[in-house]
Amino acid sequence: MAKFGKSIIFILVLLLITAIITNTAIGSTNISPLITAKILLARYFFIEPTWTSSQEIIITNIRLPRVLLGGLVGAALSTAGCAMQGLLKNPMADPYIIGMSSGAALGASLAFMLLLPVQILAFIMAIITIFIVYNISVIGGKVPVDTLLLAGIAVGSFLAAITSLIIFLAQSPHQIIFWLMGGLWTANWDKVKITAILVTIGIIMLYRYSWKLNVMLLGEEEAQYLGVNVEHVKQYVLVFSALITAAAVSVSGIIGFVGLIIPHIMRILVGPDHRILFPASTLMGAIFLILTDTFARTIMDSVELPVGVVTAMFGAPFFIYLLRKRRDNLYA
Amino acid sequence: MLKIKDLNVSYGQTQVLQEIGLSATEGEFIGIIGPNGSGKTTLLKAITKVLKPTSGTIVIDGTNIEKMGSNEIAKNVAVVSQVVSINFEFTVKDIVLMGRNPYIKSSESVEDINIANDVMEKTNINFLKDRMITQLSGGELQRVIIARALTQTPKILLLDEPTSHLDITNQIEILNLVKKSSTKGMVVIAVMHDLNLAAYYCDKICLLRDGCMISIGTPKQVLTPTNIEVAFNLPIEVMNNDRTNSIYVMPILEPLNEISD
Repeated sequence: MAKFGKSIIFILVLLLITAIITNTAIGSTNISPLITAKILLARYFFIEPTWTSSQEIIITNIRLPRVLLGGLVGAALSTAGCAMQGLLKNPMADPYIIGMSSGAALGASLAFMLLLPVQILAFIMAIITIFIVYNISVIGGKVPVDTLLLAGIAVGSFLAAITSLIIFLAQSPHQIIFWLMGGLWTANWDKVKITAILVTIGIIMLYRYSWKLNVMLLGEEEAQYLGVNVEHVKQYVLVFSALITAAAVSVSGIIGFVGLIIPHIMRILVGPDHRILFPASTLMGAIFLILTDTFARTIMDSVELPVGVVTAMFGAPFFIYLLRKRRDNLYA
Repeated sequence: MLKIKDLNVSYGQTQVLQEIGLSATEGEFIGIIGPNGSGKTTLLKAITKVLKPTSGTIVIDGTNIEKMGSNEIAKNVAVVSQVVSINFEFTVKDIVLMGRNPYIKSSESVEDINIANDVMEKTNINFLKDRMITQLSGGELQRVIIARALTQTPKILLLDEPTSHLDITNQIEILNLVKKSSTKGMVVIAVMHDLNLAAYYCDKICLLRDGCMISIGTPKQVLTPTNIEVAFNLPIEVMNNDRTNSIYVMPILEPLNEISD
């Protein structure tokens, strides 16, 4: 790993910590970042309280879980997007590309209709979707990338049609529609804990395949000549990308763009070596979603915007700027 | 070192290789020639187990490759493929180091780096070390790919038309480089199109047509007017190059004014 890469990771870690503290401080009730930091530290060390108990409740029970959940979801989506782009060698790849978002959306819609737990159904449907898409794509023990992408689009469209039907027939469709826009307003400590466990496991497992993914960027056949068991890597990377994406989507709805642009931006900054690109994407994804979510919940006095709307509204123009600035192929 | 016996390979119903037998000893430079679609690339793919044969055996150093995992094969056999394009901004150093993949679990060791450095030195690409792979010329890129293959420290080096898209100087430099490796004990098997370069560099030539081996032996034995007529449907003249003591093959061409119509 290059020295340059290590220092970028170090800077991103510092930025993430700063983002967590400052964004926990920001909200309708103003609490200074210093007091916020003290309240946070007081969870682990003894600090003489200089704050009110209502301040403490706002910070620890409302804002902190929200910021942490945002960070986890952003990290998961960005890491999964990075893995999918590397694995499929397709610049359009994001965590949702093989139909997972459609599966999760259908699960959530069903849950709203039947009054079942949304998080669980969305998670299960997302996993079932990737299982179906994968099995459709297997030809003679191999999974050709093109088939995988097309099967993902086909299955995704089918599931999206069912979701549309449910929305059309639903008594109160706005619940489903809000969920589809993506938001973190239901954040609580239980969600943070479950997501933290799943996302951490998935991300660590993906990191273990950084080197193999690098070699696979040379092309599947070349990688095979260099001794990579290509189909094994595909399976493994798909499973753990699916796991963290499903974990993220099930608590936050469908937040677009994070998983697409953050890995691209980091690839421009740190290069294609996944041993640096992965952690850089993870950290930047977390920072980006924490910032956009704070914007989403504070920009209007009376109402919170869905963060999915904000990520695309900010992300897309910035991404277009990068596309135009780099005259050569962005993915190269 | 390498023994191929009664090898048959099919793509679905079509048989692409029929009863191929070939053996190579240490340091041998073997050329595989034949018209397009005669099964040359397929033969290389069978040796790396990318394609499964319908019957026959391939044995490397006493071990049947059926019993080898992809990692073990990559430790024994390295491949320089026909068309290589890398669209990601890795440095030359990174790409060469990827040749160590079969020996690397998660990150490279000092030994891996030393081997890569050593190969870059020997292949004269040290000056390219920190350049982006996306910015190299065709000749430079091919050199890097060969360096990567040598970094695998293979016993057998397979090359699929390693020089067909290069200019004449680069063709010769690349083949000299490969020849040097073979004289150090590596088996080299190269698919070649230029019959004259094949005649000059190869110890042994194997001529394929429609998946069958129609001739094998020294260049002088294989590159005869009859063989070439049968394989390529082209009349040739064989001459002797006194300077290199190798043979020289010329297609018999009609004067241009007779085909202008």
